[in-house]
Amino acid sequence: MTDVMTDRRPLTGQPGDPLPVSLKQARLPRWSPPVIALVSAAAGCGIGLAAGLDSRIQWGLIAALLFIVGTYALAAAVEGRRQAKDRLATSLVWIAFLLAVIPLASLLWETVARGSKVLDGYFLSHSMGTLPDAMPGGGIYHAIIGTLEQVGLATLIAAPLGLFTAIYLVEYGRGRLAKVVTFFVDVMTGIPSIVAGLFVLSVWILILGFGPSGFAGSMALAILMMPVVVRSTEEMLKLVPNELREASLALGVPKWRTILKVVLPTSIGGITTGVMLAIARIAGETAPVMLLVWGAKTINSNPFEDAQQSLPLYVFQQWQQGSEASYDRAWAAALVLIAFVMVLNLVARGIARWKAPSTGR
Amino acid sequence: MNPQAPSTPDAPPLPPPPAAGPSPVSGKAVRPGDRIFLGLSRGSGITLLVVMAAIAAFLTYRSVLAISGDHANFFTTLDWNATGTEPRFGIAVLAFGTVVSALLAMVIAVPVAVGIALFISHYAPRRLASPLGYVIDLLAAVPSIIYGLWGALFLVPHLTGLYSWLDDYLGWTGIFSYSDGAARSLFTVGILLAIMILPIVTSVSREVFLQAPKMHEEAALALGATRWEVIRMSVLPFGRSGVISASMLGLGRALGETMAVATVLSPSFLISTSLLDPGGGTFAQNIAAKFSEADTFGQDALIASGLVLFVITLLVNGAARLIIARRKEYS
Amino acid sequence: MAKRIDVSGLTAYYGSHKAIDDISMSVEPRSVTAFIGPSGCGKSTFLRTLNRMHEVTPGGRVEGKVLLDDENLYGSGVDPVAVRRTVGMVFQRPNPFPTMSIFDNVAAGLRLNGTYKKSDLKDIVEKSLKGANLWNEVKDRLGKPGSGLSGGQQQRLCIARAIAVEPQVLLMDEPCSALDPISTLAVEDLIGELKERFTIVIVTHNMQQAARVSDRTAFFNLAAVGQPGKLVEIDDTERIFSNPSVQATEDYISGRFG
Repeated sequence: MTDVMTDRRPLTGQPGDPLPVSLKQARLPRWSPPVIALVSAAAGCGIGLAAGLDSRIQWGLIAALLFIVGTYALAAAVEGRRQAKDRLATSLVWIAFLLAVIPLASLLWETVARGSKVLDGYFLSHSMGTLPDAMPGGGIYHAIIGTLEQVGLATLIAAPLGLFTAIYLVEYGRGRLAKVVTFFVDVMTGIPSIVAGLFVLSVWILILGFGPSGFAGSMALAILMMPVVVRSTEEMLKLVPNELREASLALGVPKWRTILKVVLPTSIGGITTGVMLAIARIAGETAPVMLLVWGAKTINSNPFEDAQQSLPLYVFQQWQQGSEASYDRAWAAALVLIAFVMVLNLVARGIARWKAPSTGR
Repeated sequence: MNPQAPSTPDAPPLPPPPAAGPSPVSGKAVRPGDRIFLGLSRGSGITLLVVMAAIAAFLTYRSVLAISGDHANFFTTLDWNATGTEPRFGIAVLAFGTVVSALLAMVIAVPVAVGIALFISHYAPRRLASPLGYVIDLLAAVPSIIYGLWGALFLVPHLTGLYSWLDDYLGWTGIFSYSDGAARSLFTVGILLAIMILPIVTSVSREVFLQAPKMHEEAALALGATRWEVIRMSVLPFGRSGVISASMLGLGRALGETMAVATVLSPSFLISTSLLDPGGGTFAQNIAAKFSEADTFGQDALIASGLVLFVITLLVNGAARLIIARRKEYS
Repeated sequence: MAKRIDVSGLTAYYGSHKAIDDISMSVEPRSVTAFIGPSGCGKSTFLRTLNRMHEVTPGGRVEGKVLLDDENLYGSGVDPVAVRRTVGMVFQRPNPFPTMSIFDNVAAGLRLNGTYKKSDLKDIVEKSLKGANLWNEVKDRLGKPGSGLSGGQQQRLCIARAIAVEPQVLLMDEPCSALDPISTLAVEDLIGELKERFTIVIVTHNMQQAARVSDRTAFFNLAAVGQPGKLVEIDDTERIFSNPSVQATEDYISGRFG
């Protein structure tokens, strides 16, 4: 070990002699970031208390600011400008992470904590019926039925259309039609959900004169779901190696059977994942359901006639009632909705992982 | 799949051919099975186009009905009164509120999202990184109504303190002046939208950062670059267009978001310079709020405002695509 | 300018897997030392321990000492960033920064290390490009992106970028394996010139190349798949290729395995 050249730091920024004299750089000790963080947190709380700031958000912001400035100043003094910049970037990235974790964790925590209050078997198996809004009790059975039916119908419409469109784009599409379709799939991805709802409203209800129904909502949801299915299926079909197709075609298998027997089975895992993620996305849509399904308090299991309820709309309407009891119900329904979406997501990703090796990547 | 449906005269001999067709070589170029399948898939593509055309056509048709019945300028009027014999309504407030809240959301969310994405891709310990990415992906799937519920019942009460603080120090700018009351303002909407789009922007950016070629990172390292310099030299230039498209995706969501705005905002048809005071509105929120009381003409008026929202989101998406295409040419 | 390297008892791991075991050698200043050996014998890993690039790989860690003149690269308080600035590296595949111009690529390392006057920067870039035998080919298009050059030109651009910061040692990890024969020749000629100024260590799969460019050659081998790589012997290149002292070396060179 050579400890001779302890503090001959390279003279950075000197054009004449860019050679570092030593490999050693004065560094802040390893424990300095947590210590600076602790000190800034304490100072943030102290200032907050002393100045009588009642919002914890302010305390946190002060602490974060102190941490950034403190780290930069210390590093600049001890380690030099470049290292200080590096540390500045590191602390900013960490703070960005913490800044984001707090609200997102709070969102999940609040939903679980407040939602579990009234969530029980009764809540899941009963509708609101004639219960007055401010009274505790009631449930979401009608909303669950509604969501399942609306999402199911939307999937029945959108999944085959999306699947075949993707097959057209990947397996057949060469000409101008394919380009136009690709472009409009992109456009369709950007349609705000409320605009999809307004479209169905203008055709189905205002022009054709139908009343609100679960099916009307399904059509709007299908419009939102279709481009998502097309995109994910396209990606999956493109992953199928061309050699597989050629091998099958070379055996004299017609193209449609090649697609059906070779291409689709190879990519079925990924396609399923994509469809399930799309379902998860539309299951939480509120705006089009509000315009087209209207919401109901009682069980209506016929999606083709009369207003229905759906989970996200139920959350919104219970929030609108503005009583303690309805807030509790809103949180509980939100928890059920989150759980539903999360389970769909987890299963979808599970399938993707389970099926991944067979896609031949 | 369906063995007896379309006959396949020259299928491989493994399953016995169902019917003796024409000789394999002289068979017609397109078999019935192929024709049906092509028809189905092309038909689906065309259906999609028809739906898009119908959306544009019907929204425009109803909007024309509404705008021609409007007794005030549709674009500049600061009011929304679409009932009665002399309806007067305009989108000025909605356009202002939509653009301001969405931009606010971008300003807050994009830097933070890039930070988190870098954290996951380059800073976090490896054992933490992949579960984190997973959680972020899951959060991106949380329905917006839940963000709305949380925003209304949790976020709003926690922001009043921050707002009076901002008012104390920055109130003189006018933008940050705040008279007490519930924090149901455009600024709150911006914050909530930022939190809402954070996961999706992060998720896409992280993906791009992870794809940054290792060899360029190593090149920077071997020149004696610090971690930040490596990121600046090799990761950020590579990921720039990805971050832009991620941001545009987020912007599109923020522009069209309905429920998270409807629950948090206390709307009014005024354009106020102060972003912290309650008031203002957005296209989607206004549709949700006014819909239940609207008669047919009122609904047409709302459809007209929806069409404007649609056009704005189209423009945003188009701009994103242009930026990305130009970036691609560059590198 | 050039420094000598003394390695003693160096062992490197990927997680729990031992990649190279207990390697000791010295590398003379202003010479070319070539590392040869079968794939997976750890010669690239060893090379990457010489400028602390190994620890960048997840799970990578090192035991032992690497002395640059008298300073241990792995001593306490040594900044890996400063090490990499002193020990430059050229990679297997040419990797100019795709978003930077030719000029900016060469200046990239300098710009990191402080502020230079514009004219100084220009001088150094020109000197480095000349040093990499690339100046005449690119002097009219310094503002164009580096990714527009041919593979061989890109690799020489990377060499120019590495020598622009005036390192003590230049490590080259199979610098010609992605190049055509003519570009390979150009790079080999360049190595011959660069050794006047730098200590050069080069990993190569091509034994003729090792024989052509190097003064000394080290042969690495591993006992079996999954075993850590070891240094078999290091000697003057001439001796290694004519009369090696270990049988395994002769077997490898004469093509009996590997």
